This record gives sequence, structure tokens and C-alpha cells, in this order.
Amino acid sequence: MRKLRYGKGFNFILWLEFLGPIAAVLLLSLNYGAKLGLLVLAWISLWGINVWLSKRPPSRLISFLVPMIFGLTLLMLWEGLVDVFNVSPILLPPPSAIAEIFTQGSKLAILWVDFVQTVVKGALSGYIIGCGSAFLMAVAVDRSPFLQRGLLPVGNFVAALPIVGMAPIMVMWFGFDWHSKAAVVVIMVFFPMLVNTVQGLQSSDHMQRDLMRTYGASYPQALMKLRLPAAMPFVFNGLKICTTLALIGAIVAEFFGSPIRGMGFRISTEVGRLALDMVWAEITVAALAGSAFYGGVALLEKAVTFWHPSQRG
Amino acid sequence: MRSFFPILTVVSSIFVIWYLAAIALNSTWAYDKAKRADVTLTFSQMVADTLAQKKPLLPAPHQVAKEIYKTTVLKKITSKRSLIWHGWITLSATLLGFAMGTGLGIVLAVGIVHSRAMDMSVMPWVITSQTIPILAVAPMIIVVLNAVGVSGLLPKAVISMYLSFFPVVVGMVKGLRSPDAMQMDQMRTWNTSRLGVFWSLRLPSSMPYLFTSLKIGVAASLVGAIVGEMPTGAVAGLGARLLAGSYYGQTIQIWSALICAAALAASLVAIIGVVQKVTLKRMGMAL
Repeated sequence: MRKLRYGKGFNFILWLEFLGPIAAVLLLSLNYGAKLGLLVLAWISLWGINVWLSKRPPSRLISFLVPMIFGLTLLMLWEGLVDVFNVSPILLPPPSAIAEIFTQGSKLAILWVDFVQTVVKGALSGYIIGCGSAFLMAVAVDRSPFLQRGLLPVGNFVAALPIVGMAPIMVMWFGFDWHSKAAVVVIMVFFPMLVNTVQGLQSSDHMQRDLMRTYGASYPQALMKLRLPAAMPFVFNGLKICTTLALIGAIVAEFFGSPIRGMGFRISTEVGRLALDMVWAEITVAALAGSAFYGGVALLEKAVTFWHPSQRG
Repeated sequence: MRSFFPILTVVSSIFVIWYLAAIALNSTWAYDKAKRADVTLTFSQMVADTLAQKKPLLPAPHQVAKEIYKTTVLKKITSKRSLIWHGWITLSATLLGFAMGTGLGIVLAVGIVHSRAMDMSVMPWVITSQTIPILAVAPMIIVVLNAVGVSGLLPKAVISMYLSFFPVVVGMVKGLRSPDAMQMDQMRTWNTSRLGVFWSLRLPSSMPYLFTSLKIGVAASLVGAIVGEMPTGAVAGLGARLLAGSYYGQTIQIWSALICAAALAASLVAIIGVVQKVTLKRMGMAL
């Protein structure tokens, strides 16, 4: 705290918010004409609406509206910039071209087949097996503090390793179909899940455990009534981290060999054919699947750990 | 030291399982070979064979260690068969992407903390961005950037950046908001400007959070660099070694690249850990 400042000072964020875009409009309209000027004007006014909205008293509607407007602004800018600068669709297709894919029946069918192959068969089955076995293992070593002390650092270490690299080995062992993808997902989600569950099982505090002892609760009773429920916030943290890992694992494993369906396969072949609108459509599906997967786990968390302070907020 | 023996137990049991699995997985091929040569294997011969195959399903740890020794110490660093050379290529992309990601993350976090509009509009998308399996987008980023004329280090670094900026944003937002009301009030009493509060209160108190996020970020950006090397057609880098190994069934090569990547990740995280310790100690925040 050596440097003290007196007076209101220079509000740098305010300057960035207003002067930057205005300067950009002036410069760009000089160069590219009215279309771009309009685009940037729309951008500024939408941002202005967001600034105004965020200063209203907070409510559910506003915290939904603001990010939506921001997302729409980004889409509009993307569409507009591609149009104004005549970007080749081979480099970056506009959002409208990507949306069109979803209206074509044949392409929609391909997207669905890929979705089933990668998300349902590969990612989801691997996720359930991996998280399930990690959870069971954590409960199994729960009675041995010796093993826990050994497993926690090792698990933390392994969780930081680039496990995706195991993908070629798994493809070699389990063949090209979804089994190998599920196997990659299993090893990717196993350690983060294990570490979180082990930590969670240790999270009940002394008083609570003493209370269980006063009640004369047996080990299984204490586990079911106290330690497992207390571990749930950690378990769900692990489950949420694993949703993203599962999708990444399933898609990347397809780069090392797959049958002629699957999102990873489609992305790498369509990139080769320069059909970028199809690639973006696959990415959209992946993003929607990823968000839905995460959202589903988050909803489940809300239902199970309704008692936790972070959920009552 | 309390956890030395537990860790030793776990690690050594991993090795035991590894050896047992190697014997079990490779035995089919050993018996196959013996059958074709019309010899019957005793159990000990079979075990000896499974641990010394040229393209085993699962190479034994000592085979991998020998391969790593051969491709690091015995090869010249400039040779294309040297793992150090490949590791360096991956490392440079990782570091560039990590630096870009950290920079982007900090800038975003500063904006989010200081502007409510930005907090409300950007933060949900930052979180959504991570539910998108970005690694799936890797081939497209590489090919498209190549078409624009950007190739080499930068496309890989972009993927690393995308993976590493998220932990930094989340950690820094938490960190920059960590000064409590009392400290903020003190600043107000001194009539400090926002810039002053940032430099002398918010930034210093965010340091522990920053280092924790950096550790996660650097591990993530290594993953990004490795995956980024695959779609370019296995030219150079640890990811290329993985892909080439899987094309030609060179399992020992795959495993040695994997172990190298693991060692790289571990040492990067360890280096940040040391910097964290030294910095926090000098700032008087050591635990």
C-alpha cells in the first residue's frame, strides 16, 4: 500500500466501454461503407442495452436476458462480418449456412447417427462405467487411511497427466468401434472422480462423526447416513468435471480410427473435404450435447444437495 | 514424509499390476508364435517372451524405460528420432499457448470484476465455452489457419490457449474479488481510485488463486498442444509420435511418448509450484 491516490482518478473501464467502439465505427465506416457502420452501430446499441440492463435491480429475467443478448450480438457480428468482408465459406461459413444444415433431412440423419455413436455409445457408457467404478473404489478404500494417503497424491498427479494420449493404445486393444472410445473415457474420468470422492468422504467434520459414535452407529450406518451425504457436493463436482472430459475423450479417440460414423470421424473427414458448414454443425451438436450433459448433472446436484449452502444461496 | 510409504505402496502396486497385465495381454501372441514354430512353451519361457516382444500389446515398464533412454540420451538432440527434439516442439507450443491463455484470462477477469455488464454477459459464455469439447474443433482450427497462411507453432498454441484461459478466468475472478469488505472500506477511506485499489489491493490478494489456476492451466495447455499436433499429419512433436506409433503398431514408441508427456506435465506443474512458493513467501502470504 505504498501508492495512494487522491481524487476520483481515471476510470479506465468506462473509457474502454464507450470510446473504443465509437472510434472503431468511425474508422471502419470510412473504409468499408455503410453496411459495416450499421453493424457496429447495432453492436454498440446492444452493448448499451446490456450495460443499462445490468444496472437495473437484479432479477431472474435480467440474468437470463443479458447473456442471451450478448450471444446474439456475437452471432450477428459473425454473420455481418462474413458478409461485409466476403469471407470465403471454406474458411468461415456464416451462422445462417450452419443453421441451414439442420433443416436438411439427409444431413440431419447423419448428425443423429454420429450423435448416437459418439455421445450415447462412447461417452455416456464410458462415463457411467468410469465414474461408477471410481466411486466404488473410493468407498472401498475409505476404511484404510493408509491407502487414502497414498491414492490422493497419486490420483491428483495422474489427473493432471495428458491421458488423452492413451487413445491410440485403447483403439489398438478394443478395436475401432465404440468400445475403445468408452475405454478412453473410462480412464479419463476415473482419476478426477476418484480424487473428488475420496476427498468428499473425508469432508464430514469431527463433531458430526462423534455424534454418530454417540449414537452407536455401525460403520455402514455412519457411511450411509453421514459420510456419503456429506460427500455429495464433492462427488457432483467430480461428475461435472467428468462430463466435459467424457465428450473430449470420445471425440478425440475417433481420430485414431473409427467406423464410418461418429462426430470425431465426421469432423476430421469433412475438414478434409473443406465442407466447413457440416463441421460447424457437428460442433454445434457437440456443444449442445456438452451443455445438456453438464446441465443435467447440475440439475441432479441441485436435487440431491439441496441442503448445501452453495445451493441455497 | 507421513505419506511417503502410502504413496510408495500405491506406486509399486501400479507397477506390479502393469507387469501382470503385460504378461496376461501378451501371452496370446507368445503362444501363437510358439505354435507356429512347433515348440511348447514352459511358463517361465512364456513370461520371458511376453516381457521382450518387439510389438507387444502392452510393453513392460523396463522396455519403455529402455526406449526412452535410447531416444533421449543416445540420440543427438537435433535428430528427428530424438524424443527431446519432439518434446521441445510440443513444449514451445504449450508455453506460447499457456502465455496467451493466461494473458487473455487475466484481461477477461479484470474486465469482469470491474464492469457489471461484462460480468453478466461474458461469464455465462465463458462457462458454456468449456462444455464445448474444443479438442474436437482442433483439426478445423489447424486446417483453416493453414489456409490463411498461419502454420507452425501458432495454430497449436491457439488450441492450448483455449484450454488454459478458462481456469485462469475463474480463478482470477475469485481472487480479484477476495479482498473483504473491511479492506475495500479502508481503501475508500483513503479515497483510492479504482486503479489504485486494483494495484495495491486486488492484484496482490489474487496471487494465491492465480497460481492454483496456472497449475491447472499449464496441464490443460499441454493436452491442447499434443492434440493439436495430430491432425497436421504427424510431422513433429509428442502428439505426432503418438499418431505415428499408432499407424505402425509401435506400442513401445507410443508408451515412451506418453511417459515423456507425463513427465513434461509433472515438471511444468512442479516449476509453477516452486514459483508460487517463492512469490508467496516474498509477499508474506506463505501458508
